Formats: sequence, structure tokens, C-alpha cells
Amino acid sequence: MVWQSLDIRRRSATTTPMPQARESTEVAKLIDISQCIGCKACQVACMEWNDLRQEVGYCVGVYDNPPDLTAKAWTVMRFTELENDGRLEWLIRKDGCMHCQDPGCLKACPAPGAIVQYANGIVEFHQEHCIGCGYCLTGCPFNIPRLSDQDHKAYKCSLCSDRVAVGQVPACIKTCPTGALHFGSKEDMKEHAEQRIADLKSRGFANAGLYDPPGVEGTHVMYVLQHADHPEWYAGLPHDPAISPLVEVWKGWTKPLAIGVMAAGVLASLIHYVMKGPNEISKETEKEVENETRPE
Amino acid sequence: MRRDPNDLDRYTASERVTHWIVGISFILAGLSGLALFHPAFWPFTMLFGSSTWTRILHPWFGVVMAVAFLLMMLQFWKLNTMGKVDWQWLGRIGEMVSGDDQNMPEQGKYNGGQKLLFWLLVLGTVLLLVSGIALWRAWFHFPVEQVRWAAVVHAATAAVMIGLIMLHVYASIWVRSTIRAMWYGTVTRAWARQHHRAWYRQVTGIDK
Repeated sequence: MVWQSLDIRRRSATTTPMPQARESTEVAKLIDISQCIGCKACQVACMEWNDLRQEVGYCVGVYDNPPDLTAKAWTVMRFTELENDGRLEWLIRKDGCMHCQDPGCLKACPAPGAIVQYANGIVEFHQEHCIGCGYCLTGCPFNIPRLSDQDHKAYKCSLCSDRVAVGQVPACIKTCPTGALHFGSKEDMKEHAEQRIADLKSRGFANAGLYDPPGVEGTHVMYVLQHADHPEWYAGLPHDPAISPLVEVWKGWTKPLAIGVMAAGVLASLIHYVMKGPNEISKETEKEVENETRPE
Repeated sequence: MRRDPNDLDRYTASERVTHWIVGISFILAGLSGLALFHPAFWPFTMLFGSSTWTRILHPWFGVVMAVAFLLMMLQFWKLNTMGKVDWQWLGRIGEMVSGDDQNMPEQGKYNGGQKLLFWLLVLGTVLLLVSGIALWRAWFHFPVEQVRWAAVVHAATAAVMIGLIMLHVYASIWVRSTIRAMWYGTVTRAWARQHHRAWYRQVTGIDK
């Protein structure tokens, strides 16, 4: 890929810096939950553009369909019926990859280049480099990637990086009939969110706000929430998501340290051998044994 | 192979075969595991056909290792119970390392260091097996928080195990005439008398 907008900023299992000479505009998708009617047109558009056909399943008793993200369903509507102050609220959250600025999946991935983050902020899986270990599932704070049962590769929303690279908006944005989905520079999206939040506040949603969690250095998919003080009301959206400290320990400074200690062990053995020489059987012992075993 | 009629039997053929199944599977699991451990070792994936094959094979190497090691543990655990003399030996390990082992406490078939290593390897194998199962997404599905713990435990235990095995290998190279016990099954009397005096007296009946 040579498009400037697709300069790779971070690459999984790579320890040297990526190209940084060019500055790119950071992009973001803004999901205004207060304007979503749950029509699932975005799910259809995602299937169409990405050529994915999730197997037709069964109704499990709720509106969520399919009931969960899969390797072939990169976005799903999650419906929550909330009783708040005696009023029924229908919270419909479009779930999918949040495109974290600090992606836990990328940090956990052991395969060089299987996960990349473009300079515009999009995090993408390159399945041809994926080995199917599922470490991205372990690293993700949002429970997004899914391993395919068919090919054991990991999949998730690509934010239509192919469309974005040529100046198009992602398929879901293009199709949304209510204007709940917006796409543009992250700066513009924040500005637009401000207006929406001011509007919501004037309509009685005192705690309306933007979901752009700082624990992952912000995300390139943001939500306008009517109840920003309770993100968990929206089908368990994490309150303060961050890469788990366990993942940080697992993938952090401990690894170079362990390698250093192992290498030091090898070196110490060699030095010990050179300094002390082999531990041979002493001539004295050999003689004594000879005496003991001599036939009477 | 008995090279000398006076040689002493140290390992039976089945013990040797089990040991080398453990050894080979440890090396294969170690190389494939290191490839997934840090990008510096990524080239090791080429030893196993491809990176995806490395991911597929690694857990199976681990299963073979764990099963063979548990068999070996059944064969050897009685010989590795730690006694007072073993702790005395470990307390004076500095003398041993400095190459002056003439005054070390008398040892049976195994010295305190070997016994401690044995139990550390037992613990390590169990930890690797349990955490490895949690990480094996092809077959098992555990809650993500447990998988995260497993990832830390698996990587840390493996690093310690590699260190312990490097120690084990070096000790067998440094102490001359040791490796043949695992190849042919026998050791010389002089070797036994110098390094495992109590065992030497026990098997030869020479009370000295």
C-alpha cells in the first residue's frame, strides 16, 4: 500500500519505528446513539461492502441479530431496554471495533504485520499474516475480535480502510438513514459531538457526553451517549477501558528482561567452564576404585 | 552398552527413552514457544513449516512433553524426596560451583541440586500444562481474564523452565562422564564414587 493515508504507524510484533515523516489527519467514526433507530442498515452495508455472509441463525428472543459479533459479522446492534426514573428507554448501541489509539490487540499479537495501525488511526487485521493464536482476543479491552471456526484467522471491523484510503466514508456511514453515523477527521467529529451533546442536555439528558476513553488514548470510533456517566447501561460498554495490566506485564518489559536473563545464563555457563574447567574424576578416585574392584 | 564389566547401571532403557521424549519435546515446544514469545525469535517459525504451523504444533509438543514428563515423574519421584543431607548439600553449593567438590556431603543417587531441579520442573510442567490449556483457543474457551492470567503464567514459567533446563544441560556437560548415563545407561565406578558416594556404596556393597 502506498497511499499516504495508509502509512503504517504501528505494526504488531515489530520492535523498530515505523515511518513517521508524513503527518496524517486522524479520522474517526461518531456513533450518535440518541439518533439510532436500530434498523441494522449498517450491518447490511457492512456485509455488502466487505462481502461477508454470516450464516442465517435463529431468533434468540431479543432484537440482537446475529446475537454476537462473529468472524463474518463485524458490527451488530445491541439492544438494551432500560428503565430509568420510571421511563422506558431503548438504548441501541452499534457494537464493533473501537479502533483504539493504543490497541491492545496489536500489543498482544505475536505475528509481525498481522495487525497494523495506520497513521489515520485505523487498526486493521491482515489475515494473511495471522497465525490464529487468538492473542488479539486476549489483548482487546472491548471483546471485539473473533476467531473464525472455518479458517482460524481473527476478524473485526476494518473501518473500511479501503474506502477511507480513496476518500470514501465507511459503508455503514454511507447507508445510515437517520444520520446517527458520522465520519470525518477526529477533530471535526468531536466538534459535531459537542453540538449533539448540547442538544441532548437541553432536552433533559443532563449527563449526555462523548465516549472517547482516555485509558486507550482515545478511540477512532466514538459514541455520543445520553448517559455518559453510565456507559455500562449500553450493553456493557466498559466504564474506563484500558489494556489489562496483565497484558502489559505479559507484553511489556518482562520479555526483553527474560531474554536477557536467559542469554546471561548461557554466557555465565561458558565463562564458568572457561574459568573452572570441566569437573573431571580425580586420579585419586580412579586409583581407589581400581583397588576396590581388583579381583581378589 | 556395558563398556566395562565394572560399570554401574544407572538408567534402564525405558527410563532413557522417556527422558529423551521429554527432552526432544521440550526443545520443540521451547523453540516454537520462543517464536511466539518475542519477535526476536520469530525466525524459529521456519523450523516448523510456517508461522501458522508453529501455532498449531506448539500445544501438541507441550502435551507430549507433559505426558512423558509425568510418566518420568512416576519413575523418579521416590528417588527425589528431599532429606536433611540434600539441604546441607544445597547450602554448600558454592563449593561445588567453584570446582572444589571433594568435601561436599555424601550424596545418594541424586544430589540436593538435582532433587530441587526435579521438583521445580514438576511444578513448572504442571503450571505450563494448566495455563497452556487456557491459552489453547483451538479447543478451549475460558473467560478472557483467566486467559490473561494464563498468558502471564505460561510465559513466565516457560522462561524459568528454559533457564532450569539450560542449567541441567550445562551441569551434565560440565561434570564429565555424566551424559553417558542417559545414552548407554551406565556410569563408571569412579564417577559414581566421586559424585554419588552413598549410591556407589549401596549398589556395589563396598562399605568405605
